[in-house]
Amino acid sequence: MSSDASRLGFYLLLAPILLWLVVLIILPHVGLFVVSISEKIGPREYEIGMGNYAAFFQEPLFWRTFARTAIMSILATALTLILGFPIAYYIAKLTQGRTKTTLFLMCMIPFWVSELVRTFGWMILLRETGVISNGLQALGLVSGPVEFLYNDAAIMVGLVYTSILFMVVPLVTTLDSLDNSLIEAGYDLGGSSTAVMREIVIPHAMPGIVSGCIVVFMLSLGNYLTPILLGGKDSLWFTGMIYTQFITRFNWELGSAFGFLLLILSSLVVFLGLKLSGQSLSETMGRS
Amino acid sequence: MIPTVPQPVFAKWCYRAYVVAFFIYLALPLTVVGVFAFNNSVFPSLPWEGFTLAWFFGTEAPYIGVFHERSILRAIGTSAVVALWVSGLAVTVGTCNAFLFVRHEFRGKAFLYILMLLPLIIPGVILGISILVFSSSIANTLEDATGLWFDGLRPGLILVILGQFSFITTFATLVISARLQKFDPSLEEAALNLGASQWGAIRQITLPFLLPAIVASAVVSILMSFENFNTTLMLVGSDSPLTIAMFDKLKQGSTPVLNAVSLLLIAVSAALGLISLLFQSNKQ
Repeated sequence: MSSDASRLGFYLLLAPILLWLVVLIILPHVGLFVVSISEKIGPREYEIGMGNYAAFFQEPLFWRTFARTAIMSILATALTLILGFPIAYYIAKLTQGRTKTTLFLMCMIPFWVSELVRTFGWMILLRETGVISNGLQALGLVSGPVEFLYNDAAIMVGLVYTSILFMVVPLVTTLDSLDNSLIEAGYDLGGSSTAVMREIVIPHAMPGIVSGCIVVFMLSLGNYLTPILLGGKDSLWFTGMIYTQFITRFNWELGSAFGFLLLILSSLVVFLGLKLSGQSLSETMGRS
Repeated sequence: MIPTVPQPVFAKWCYRAYVVAFFIYLALPLTVVGVFAFNNSVFPSLPWEGFTLAWFFGTEAPYIGVFHERSILRAIGTSAVVALWVSGLAVTVGTCNAFLFVRHEFRGKAFLYILMLLPLIIPGVILGISILVFSSSIANTLEDATGLWFDGLRPGLILVILGQFSFITTFATLVISARLQKFDPSLEEAALNLGASQWGAIRQITLPFLLPAIVASAVVSILMSFENFNTTLMLVGSDSPLTIAMFDKLKQGSTPVLNAVSLLLIAVSAALGLISLLFQSNKQ
C-alpha cells in the first residue's frame, strides 16, 4: 500500500520536470533543427536540404561575423580573467571578515541591476556628448568632442563589465579554499612571488578559472544588448544577425541555421572546457 | 602575496590602487545613470543644468516624469505580471524537482539531472527562437486542422512567460535542492511516528524548513524575469515588458526619464538581491 502511494508520488514529481524539459527545451530544439534543414521552394512548400548551411559558408558576411563574434568573445574572456584574477585574489586572501563581505557585495550589486541599465550607463559615459569626452575637454587634453562609442573597444569594455562577476565569484570560491600555509611554505622554500603564483596558486585555482571562463565566453557569445547598443549599426555580432533574419527579414529557415551554429559553437566550448579540466557540468554549474 | 609574508611597500600600494580603480570602474556607469536622473535638461548628458525632480514627478511635456509616463507605467505593469507568473511556476516546479532529485533513486537520474542543467548553457537568444519556431509550427498545424485561431501560441505574454520559465526553473531547482539536502529525514520520520500522514509531515515539517530557500529563489526569479532581455526579445508581442520598452526608447534617443526609471530599478534590484542573500544565509 505505502509502496503504491510512494510510486504515485514519484510519478507526480516526475511529470512537471518532464513536461518542462520536453515541451520547452527538447522539442523546440528539435524543431529548430528541422526548420534549419528545410528549404523554401514555393509558398508554404518546403523540402529537406542543407541549403541554409551552404548559404552560411558561401556568404563571407555571415561566416566572418560568426568568426568575429567568436574571436571577440575569446578576447573578452581573456581580458576578464586578467582583470578579475587580482580582484578575486585580493578579496579571498588579503581581506577578512566584514571587509571581505562588503567587497564581495560591492562586486555583486551591479549584476543585480539590469544589463540594459549598465549598458545605458556606458553610453552616457562614452558618447560624443558624454562624461568622458567632456572631462577630457575640461582637462584640456583634447580640443573637441571625442566619440568613444560605436567601436570594438567600446564593445569590449561593455562585455568585460557585464561578465566580470561570473569570473570573480568562482575564483574567490576556489582561492578561499587554498590554505595560506601552502603559500607560506612556498616562500619558506625560497620561491619568488612569481614562482609561488605559478606553482601553487594558479594550479589550485584552475577549476575556478575554467568555470569562470566557460560562463564568460557563453555570455559574451550570446550577448545581444551590449554589442548592439555600444557597437552601433556596424557591430556585426552574430546574435544581431539571427535577430535580423528572424524579425526583419522573416527568413526563419536561415535564422534557425544560424541559431543552430551558435548553439554548436557554444556547446563545443563548454564541452572542451570541461574535458580539459576534467570537471563535470554538475560541479561547474552548481558552483556558479 | 598574503598578509603574513612581507612584501615591498610600493607593490602593496600599486595593488591597492588597482583594486580601488576596479571598484570605480564597477560603480561608474551606475553612478552616472543615477546622477543624470536629476539633471534639469532634456538630454541625459552634460552640461549640468541644475537639480530637478521633474524626471520623477513632472507632468508637463517635455518634462514628463516616470510616475506620469503612461508607456513606462504600463511596461512596469506588464513586467510585474510576467515576473509573478514566472516566479510562481519556477518555484513550484523547482520544489517538485528538488524532492525528485534528493528523495528518489531511479534509472536515468544522472541523465535527467544533466538535462535539467542544460538551459543554463543555451544562449538566451537561441532559447527564444527555438520556442518561437516550435510554438508557431504548432499554431500553424492547429489552425490548418481546425480553422480556429490560436493567438496564445503567437509571440506575446504567454510565450514570454514560458520562455523565461524555461531557464529560471533551473536556478530555482538548484537553490531549493541545496537546502533540501541539508534536511534531516529523521525529523520527518518522527512526525510519521507521532501519527502524521505523509503529506501532513511534508507540509508541517519539511516545507517550513525549505521556506528560506523557497523565498530566496522566488525573489531571484522575479529579479531575473524583470531583467531578462535576450529570450524576451524574441518572444515579445504587442505588450512590451520594461526592458524591451526601455530598449526601444534608448534606440530612439531619450530624455532623462530613462535615467529615472533606471535609478528606481537599481534601488529595487539591489534591495531584492540583498533580501535574497539574507534569506539564503540566515538559517543555514
